[in-house]
Amino acid sequence: MTASGVSVRFDDVFKAFDETVVLAGVSLTVDPGEIFALLGPSGSGKTTMLRLLAGFEQLDRGRLLIADEAVEHLPPARRGVGMLFQSYALFPHLSVAENVAFGLKVRGGAQGETEVRVAEMLELVRLSGFEQRRIAELSGGQQQRVALARALAPRPRVLLLDEPLSNLDPALREETRADLRRTVKQTGITTVLVTHEQEEAFELGERIGLLNEGGLEQVGGPAELYRDPASRFVATFVGRCSVLAGVVKERHGGDELTVRLESQPEAPAWRCRSSGELAVNDRVDVCVRPESVSLETGEGPGLSGEIETERFTGSNSFYTVRLAAGPTVEVAMPGAAAGLKGACVVRQLAGELPSAFAAAGESGR
Amino acid sequence: MSAAGAGGKAPQLQSLMPWLVLAFLVWLVGYPLLVVAAEAFGIGSPGGGGPTTEAFQSFFTRADEWNAMWRTLWISVLSTLAAAAIGVPLGFLFERNEIPGRRLLGALVALPVALPPLVGVIAFLFLYGESGLAARGLQSLGLDVSWRLTGAWAILLVHAYSMYVYFYLFTRAGLSGQDGAAIEAAQSLGASRSQILFRVTLPRLRPALAGATLLTFMTSLGSFSAPYIFGGGFRVMTTQIVASKLNGELRMAYVETTMLALLAFASLLLLRKIDPGLDLASGARGTPPARRRLHSRGARVAAACGGWILAGVLLLPHATLILMSLVPPNTWTVEAFPPVLGLVNYGDLLSSAERLRPALNSLWMAAVATLAAVVVGVMAARLSLRRGGVPGRALEAMMTLPWAIPGTVFALALAAAMSVNAPWVGRFVLVGTLWILPLAYLVRSLPLTGRSIFAGLRQLDPRLEEAAASLGAGALRTVLQIVLPLLRPAVIAGAGLAFITMLGDFVTSIVLYTYDTRPISIEIQSSLRIQETGIAAAYGVLLMVLSAAAFIAWDDRAGGRL
Repeated sequence: MTASGVSVRFDDVFKAFDETVVLAGVSLTVDPGEIFALLGPSGSGKTTMLRLLAGFEQLDRGRLLIADEAVEHLPPARRGVGMLFQSYALFPHLSVAENVAFGLKVRGGAQGETEVRVAEMLELVRLSGFEQRRIAELSGGQQQRVALARALAPRPRVLLLDEPLSNLDPALREETRADLRRTVKQTGITTVLVTHEQEEAFELGERIGLLNEGGLEQVGGPAELYRDPASRFVATFVGRCSVLAGVVKERHGGDELTVRLESQPEAPAWRCRSSGELAVNDRVDVCVRPESVSLETGEGPGLSGEIETERFTGSNSFYTVRLAAGPTVEVAMPGAAAGLKGACVVRQLAGELPSAFAAAGESGR
Repeated sequence: MSAAGAGGKAPQLQSLMPWLVLAFLVWLVGYPLLVVAAEAFGIGSPGGGGPTTEAFQSFFTRADEWNAMWRTLWISVLSTLAAAAIGVPLGFLFERNEIPGRRLLGALVALPVALPPLVGVIAFLFLYGESGLAARGLQSLGLDVSWRLTGAWAILLVHAYSMYVYFYLFTRAGLSGQDGAAIEAAQSLGASRSQILFRVTLPRLRPALAGATLLTFMTSLGSFSAPYIFGGGFRVMTTQIVASKLNGELRMAYVETTMLALLAFASLLLLRKIDPGLDLASGARGTPPARRRLHSRGARVAAACGGWILAGVLLLPHATLILMSLVPPNTWTVEAFPPVLGLVNYGDLLSSAERLRPALNSLWMAAVATLAAVVVGVMAARLSLRRGGVPGRALEAMMTLPWAIPGTVFALALAAAMSVNAPWVGRFVLVGTLWILPLAYLVRSLPLTGRSIFAGLRQLDPRLEEAAASLGAGALRTVLQIVLPLLRPAVIAGAGLAFITMLGDFVTSIVLYTYDTRPISIEIQSSLRIQETGIAAAYGVLLMVLSAAAFIAWDDRAGGRL
């Protein structure tokens, strides 16, 4: 069942539609057997990367390699790539079994072999017994699984997933996500998936490439992207964070610095981790994760502010605090909402340091 | 899997495909029009000589030419108005009121749309002609009446009778798409019934009415059967062109053809201006208002009687046609009603191979043209919609173009372009051969199949084709196993309409037919000429039955879409 995976490589890939540059020289290597998630806002170029790999679009410049073999000139039918479409694109006039068998019959597989493979695939996606059903009779989740079985049946070298869960209702999504990961891992196939949802990328992807405006901002594991974002964009796109403006006060060993926050210069300076080269007196943006701060009503050392809203999500309560003469900051507090109101102070917690980036409009991005 | 080299050729051919299909369509559709215009200026004609505007000068100075142009215009305007005057109220009657037998009557009233124009025209002739059933009936009552069904009024009458269906169908479709909540909102705001009609219902019906106007006006502009049979000395452009050609005034016929094509283009551009597009029709789509029920018994009976009388009047010509087909030759002389009825004419028609031949000709030529139009339509639609770009837009334009151009114009254009052997400029001698009529039918079928196939493909998720491709299917397999099965309703709708239209074609046939390829319409015309009215009527009924059968099959499959 398990296939030995192949590698996938984008080598300085450039693509423009008319005047709009969609991919501006992207290079990326996906390791054999890896599940790689391309994450980014809409228009970042992630779907274009997938469609280039599938052969539905032609690149303008660069190379595209599957198992170290150039594929950019091959038609889709000869790339050995299976794709799960966002809309599933199941053939509505064919039955479940006929859909799954389509890619096998195209290759001229013997009747018996095809039947065995179809049964095997339907078992893999837990749809045995649904062979003769019509597509319209299936639920959204079942359709998604048929589409997966159809894509996997011809034993492609690479599996592409285009927003695989976006067409499912939220209740079904979580369950399907785990299911999808299990099925794909079971086959051992190299998989590239595209999503605009961080949660989906984090749970499905072993590594994640974050795209923005046609370029890769950062490639890494989920924890790396979250804890050590390479840019302000990564920090704000991955997870929640509040951006506070400040000035570098002091540099310490390694990448640690202290930053004086602009709105409340008299408050204790913040310990941060720098991303990129920062010098004393550089203006910076500090990205503060809700769980890296805490609040206390009343007054005291820390950033003083006023509690604006309180939101309870089940495991945490989130507070939006309007800092005196400044922006808002989001604070997560464990446990149920306590009905906190009025003046408060926000303090930095020990542990993960917030990231500081050169302020927008300053040096770099 | 071999390296890139093997894949190199296919993409090359693929990028050439749109241009190849476009080249074919330009040769078939656009080129003949250019040839006819060029020959009107004396360019490229076999007689030689340099370019000259001589023929245009005489066109602009001769009164009969100007008259034909002017008459074409006002006949079309009046036909449109008359058709609207009948069709719109009928549409309201059947869509907004619950009258007994509404569904059946509503369908019967739409029937003339499925019938070839020539059949409608001769049916009219048999009923209202000078020696028609109506005249004889009145005379037998002792009334000394005699009339001649000829000239402008006769043409208008036939046009109104056959074209009201466009307004009727468009009005019904437009009304059924309207949201009843808008009317309730107007009522709750205190609007009266007439205010609702003029402020709410009619403005929202404008796209439908604009569509019907365009269709009726353009049909009327290119109408040939009615002016040909009833016009007498009253010539419109289409009959003028055919007359010039028969008189051997080829150059003048080409000039007239060019002028009619220009008139059609100008009308199309002008009428598009009044079409507000779909903006008004779209938006929140609710449930149409409930049909009004007639409460008193008397009103219901009156409505039912009125409806059935109306349907009777509208269907009387066709009933007359059937009656006439049952009259054996030389048995009906002075009586008010035919004294003998029988199936002699049908027996005659079916037992003689020569008599049956036109029916077979029409069937095979219409079938071949329809099939070719479907193939070209599917290719053009896929290339146009999936590749886009300049060739994509040009492909769609070429597919639609013949719709705007009267059939007579295309017949003359093909006759001009395909009567010269000059392969190096794309001209072949096809006139006088077996293939010219199917080719002409193909041109006229293209917009009919194209329209519905383009619409069908637009609704088809392009990802389905990509899915097939990524699963390893080539272009041909993708078309045969995925695209065509899913396009089936659209293909059947377009092909059905094209087949019906070509089966009864008269306007292109009369210019291009040969004795061996004479279609039903030509046989009807020649039977009429030698006073074989029974045979002509029998052919008419045959055409009517074939068309109705195709229409019903088509309506069934296409789910009642127009």
